[in-house]
Amino acid sequence: MQQKSPGKLQQFFHFPEGDGLATDEFIKGLWRENPVLVQVLGMCPTLAVTNSATNAIAMGLATLFVLVMSNVLVSSLRKVIPKQVRIATYILIIATFVTVADYVIQAISLEVHKALGAFIALIVVNCIILGRAEAFASKNTVWKSLMDGLGMGIGFTFALLLLGTVREILGNGTLFGFPFFPDSFQEWVIMILPGGGFFTLAFWLLFFNGMKARKKDNHTEVHPEKESVEEVYV
Amino acid sequence: MEKKIELLLSSSPFLKQQEDTPAVMRQVIYSLLPAAAGALWFFGISALLIMLTAMLFALLTEGVYNKLTGRANTLRDGSALLTGLLLAMTLPPGIPLWMVALGTFFAIAIGKLIFGGLGSNIFNPALVGRAFLQASFPVTLTTWVAPGNGLSFMQWRSAAFTLPFVREKVAAVSTATPLSMMKFEGQLTPFKALFLGNSAGSLGETSALLLLLGGIYMAARHYINWRIPTALFATVIVTASALHWLNPETYAPFWFHLFSGGLMLGALFMATDPVTSPVTHRGCWLFGAGIGLLVVVIRTFGGLPEGVMYAILLMNGVSPLLNRIAQPPIYGDPAKFKKNEAHNE
Repeated sequence: MQQKSPGKLQQFFHFPEGDGLATDEFIKGLWRENPVLVQVLGMCPTLAVTNSATNAIAMGLATLFVLVMSNVLVSSLRKVIPKQVRIATYILIIATFVTVADYVIQAISLEVHKALGAFIALIVVNCIILGRAEAFASKNTVWKSLMDGLGMGIGFTFALLLLGTVREILGNGTLFGFPFFPDSFQEWVIMILPGGGFFTLAFWLLFFNGMKARKKDNHTEVHPEKESVEEVYV
Repeated sequence: MEKKIELLLSSSPFLKQQEDTPAVMRQVIYSLLPAAAGALWFFGISALLIMLTAMLFALLTEGVYNKLTGRANTLRDGSALLTGLLLAMTLPPGIPLWMVALGTFFAIAIGKLIFGGLGSNIFNPALVGRAFLQASFPVTLTTWVAPGNGLSFMQWRSAAFTLPFVREKVAAVSTATPLSMMKFEGQLTPFKALFLGNSAGSLGETSALLLLLGGIYMAARHYINWRIPTALFATVIVTASALHWLNPETYAPFWFHLFSGGLMLGALFMATDPVTSPVTHRGCWLFGAGIGLLVVVIRTFGGLPEGVMYAILLMNGVSPLLNRIAQPPIYGDPAKFKKNEAHNE
């Protein structure tokens, strides 16, 4: 009995044994398959709540929490969930953790909760989370799913922070609520309006695609296999 | 020696127009000159500075972009110069020059070059720049100064040389445009002031007469499709008259709508932009009518006193659809032929 259980546990979690597989699952979400900047998923929170850096961080962390927890739970239940009702089950699992995140944010800061408004509840239908559950967690071990969730969540938070920083600095002259420019700075009101969200996202996408294109030109022969990106349709 | 017969083979079109894009653009700029001169008369040297800044930065943006992306030099086609001048005409005379530069950069880079340059843009570049400025700096863009005359030409507007990204000092003397006076105070500006241009407003929207001169010239030389402004004016006249007839107390008469604000400038120089308007004649009728209707609706029922810019941008967005629904009938259409045959039997 004592000999068997660690083996089973080992099989269930599939701890990496120096091959760095799970590390790769973590790293891919940060950059190579970044959910916002490469996969262009989760546009609703990306555009709607990034009018200040604080909101962006709060939204990113809430999504990170829900993503990691739902990935772990979906992955550990992947053999139990019947195929026909899997989407409904995923939504149920995600909604549970969203409710937890909702109450936690409310407890920590009522101000942030008010600023994010309906978008906390809308994490339920964030296609990154459902996409990772369907495309990754339901097919992989718990350990890998955990790393995948962490990587994607941090990548999402990073992208949101990029947008939120630019929009808050230009639109309000502040960063995290502290003055960034002297008092006489003329705010660009459009940057905290919805239009500014689209412009900023477009600029960042342009920037990262430009960098990727430049990298590709330099390393076309070196890593041809790294270009395969999982296709997710949600 | 036998004389060789040369056989020239070429594909259509066989009738070629002598005028190319730069020539047309030059002519449009010339047609805008009376209105630009009017702006100089009314707003003095600050108007000149705004126009020069806008044109300079338009050329600069396009030139640098072409250099960076390794494209052919497109400065000589004159479209950047025209966009800069048109944008300047839509701006209030007291605007800081760094905002003019920023708006021009946005108009050329985001409004035109990102889409692939001249001929590929969806929205009128000058209006994209103006909409960006309006949304970014709503207070500055709605602060107007009263028009002067040629005698006060050298009078500086203090705000013009505000440092970049610094909020301007409180504007010297601000007045209301005829449209905002009508909307918020119910006060009608007399016809003569509107028509000749002795009223507050953007550089190029004060004098309807000077704009009309340029517009008639362009229409006569077929640089613009006359159907667009005609449909636009007709719709404005019909809609505004109907409203005025219902309640003359609250709704302005049609001539007020026609000659106030940016309607003349928009109808003659911006709605008629061949890139962003429909290509079929029926499409042009619909396009102009749509703008006219939207202008009256926004001015009368909207929150803003002026709506020409948004009306044109909205109709720019639907002009591909107008092209689709306004296809001219094809001569010898087999489907029609069959229908007629069945009808005859």
